[in-house]
Amino acid sequence: MASPPYSDRVPGPTQRVPENTTRRRFYLSIIYGLWGFMSLALSIPAFVYLLFPPRVRKQSEWVEAGDVSKLAVGEPVEMVFRENRVDGWKVTSEKENVWVVKFSDQNIVAFGPQCTHLGCAYHWDDGKREFQCPCHSSVFSVDGNVVSGPAPRPLDRYEAKIQNGKLLLGALRESGAKNA
Amino acid sequence: MSWKTRLITWLDHRTGVETAVRNFLYEKIPDSSGWRQVFGSVALFLFLVQAFTGALLAFNYAPTPGDAYNSLRYILTELTAGRLIRGLHHWGASMMIVVVVLHMVQVFVYGGYKKPREATWIAGVFLLLLTLAYGLTGYLLPWDNRAYWGTVVTTQIAAKAPVLGPYLTRLLGSTGDVGVVTFARFYGLHVLLLPPATMLLIALHIYLVRKHGVAPVPGDELLPGRKFYPEQAFRDTVAIFLAFAILFVMAAAVRVPLEELADPTDTTYVPRPEWYFLFLFQTLKLFKGPLEMAGAVILPALAILVLILVPFMDRGRIKKITERGFAAAIVVLAALGWAGLTAVALVTTPKPAVAQVDFSQPTDWLQLSPMELAGIGYFREENCASCHTVGGGKSRIGPDLANMPIKRSAAWMIQHFKRPSAMVPGSAMPAIQLTDAQLNTLAAFLLKLNPQNAEALQSAPDFATQGALIYQKSFCGSCHLLNGVGMKIGPLNV
Repeated sequence: MASPPYSDRVPGPTQRVPENTTRRRFYLSIIYGLWGFMSLALSIPAFVYLLFPPRVRKQSEWVEAGDVSKLAVGEPVEMVFRENRVDGWKVTSEKENVWVVKFSDQNIVAFGPQCTHLGCAYHWDDGKREFQCPCHSSVFSVDGNVVSGPAPRPLDRYEAKIQNGKLLLGALRESGAKNA
Repeated sequence: MSWKTRLITWLDHRTGVETAVRNFLYEKIPDSSGWRQVFGSVALFLFLVQAFTGALLAFNYAPTPGDAYNSLRYILTELTAGRLIRGLHHWGASMMIVVVVLHMVQVFVYGGYKKPREATWIAGVFLLLLTLAYGLTGYLLPWDNRAYWGTVVTTQIAAKAPVLGPYLTRLLGSTGDVGVVTFARFYGLHVLLLPPATMLLIALHIYLVRKHGVAPVPGDELLPGRKFYPEQAFRDTVAIFLAFAILFVMAAAVRVPLEELADPTDTTYVPRPEWYFLFLFQTLKLFKGPLEMAGAVILPALAILVLILVPFMDRGRIKKITERGFAAAIVVLAALGWAGLTAVALVTTPKPAVAQVDFSQPTDWLQLSPMELAGIGYFREENCASCHTVGGGKSRIGPDLANMPIKRSAAWMIQHFKRPSAMVPGSAMPAIQLTDAQLNTLAAFLLKLNPQNAEALQSAPDFATQGALIYQKSFCGSCHLLNGVGMKIGPLNV
C-alpha cells in the first residue's frame, strides 16, 4: 500500500513532514458528515417510533348499552354492558356500568357510575328517591344534581342516543358547572 | 486559553478522558494498513445497531407466546416506523453474519492469527458463535409458523447430541414440546445473557488487538507506522456507511414477512432455517440412520474445534499474502462447499402449495361470479356428472344440461332438486340433499349453462370452486367485490 504524503505518518529521523491539510480536512469532513448522517438516520425513526401515537383501529364510536323501550319514566336503572378497550396490542372486552334514567321517550340520560367526589360507586335509594354515595354521603337527585355532601359537581353523563329502542352510548363527559 | 480548551483540560485532569480518546485515535498502526482492515469496525457498528433496534423493539414487544405475535403485528402495522425498526433488526442480523465471516476470512488469509495473536483469534471464534446464537434464539421470537417450526427442528437436533442431548433438551425447556418454557429460555438468552457476554468478549477482543497491535505484513518493520486517525478512521467510516446504507435500504424496501401465528397442528408447513444455517441443514441430510448424529452434532462441533485450533496448526512466521496460497485455497474450498450445500438446500425446498392458474388450459372460468363457481363446486360434490353430460360427450342416463334450453325459473329448479319426480313425473333423478341457499347457487349456475360456456365447468380448477364454496358459505360477498359482483365496502379482491 503506497503511503500518502501527509502528516499522519509518525516522523522518522530523516523524514520531512509535509502538511497536507486539504486531504486531512477532507477526511475529517467525511468522518463527521457520515457519522452525523447515520446518527440522524437512526435517531429520527427511533423518535417517530416511540413518540407517534399508534394508528387507531377503527371501531364504532357508539356502544350499545341495552334495551330502554320498556323502562319506566323517572325510575333509574343500572345497566351493565361490555365495551372493547384497546390497550396497545391488546383488545379486551370490559364490563361497564351505567345508570339510566328515562324522563321521556326522547329524553334518556345515562350517568357515569362513579361519584364525582372520589370515584366511589353510588346507588339509587328507591324510598328517598335519590342517588346515595356510601363513601362520604354525597347525595344526588334523579337528574344528577348534587343535593348534599362533598360532591363538587353533578354526576357525569355519557353521550347517549336511542336507536330502535336501544340505548347507544358515546364518550363519558365530565359534568361542568355546579348543579347544571 | 479559550473556555473550550479550559473545559477539556479540566475534564482531562479529573477523568483522563481526553488522553484516553487521544490514545485511542492516535494508535500506531502498521504502514500496510488499509481498506482490508475495516471489517472489524463494521461488525462492531452492526452489533451496536442490533442492540439499539433490539431495545426499541423490546419497548413494544410482549415476550410470551400468547402475546408475542400480536405485539409484533402491532409494531408492524400500527406503529409509525415500526416496520423499519424491525427490518433493521432482521436484516442487521444477516448482515452481521456476513461481515463477521468476511472479517475472519481477511484475518485468516493474511495469517493475522499467528503468534502472539492466538487469543485474539479464539475470542473472535467465540464472537462468531455468539452471533450465530443470536440468530438461533431470535428466530423464535416472532412466534409465527416459521419461528415455531424452525425451533422445533433446532431443539430436536440439540436433543440428538451424544451424552448431552437430554440435558440440552431440559436446558432449552423443550422436554415435551416447544412452548412457553422454550420461548422464555430463548428470549432470556437473546436479550439477557448473550448481550453482556458479547460486550465482554468484544472488549477482550479489542483489548487484545490494542495490546498486540494491528497485525503487520512482512516489510512493515522497515517503515514507520501511522496513526489510526484520521486516515484509517476515514476508511472505517466509509465502510461502515456503505454497510449502513445497504442495511437501511433493505430494511425500508424488503418486507420481512410475519407469517401466520404459530400452529403446532399445521402439518403442511415446511420448516427451513435462516439462510446462514441452510448449509448445516443440508449437511444433516447427507447423513442417514445412525450416522445422523455425526452430521447433526459431531461434525459441526469438530469444525468449531478446528477453527479454534487454526493458530496452533499454522505456526510459521508471518508471510506475504502471495505466499499464502494454501490458506486462500482453504477459503475458496470452504466457500464453494458452503455455496453448494446452500444452493442444494434452496433448490430442494418444496414450494408451498400455492394455488396457481394454469394459463395453458382454457380460462373461461375466470369470468364466472363466485356464485356460479360455487355452483360448479356443488355440481362436482353431488356427482351430477355421473348421470348428466354437459355440452356433448357420451350420452348418459340424464339429459345433456348444456344442450337443453332451460326455460324454468330458479324456484322451479329448487323444487325440482328437492323432489325430482314431483316436478318431472317419471324422473329417475335422486333428490339432492342441500339447503335452499345451496340449491339456489346450483340453479344459478345451471340456468346460465349453454354450449359456449360449458367449457368452464370442466376447466375450473378445484381450488377455485372450493374457494368459491367457502366464499359463498361465509358471505364474503356481503362486504367484498369480486368480478364486479357483491358489495363495495371491503377491499377489492380482483
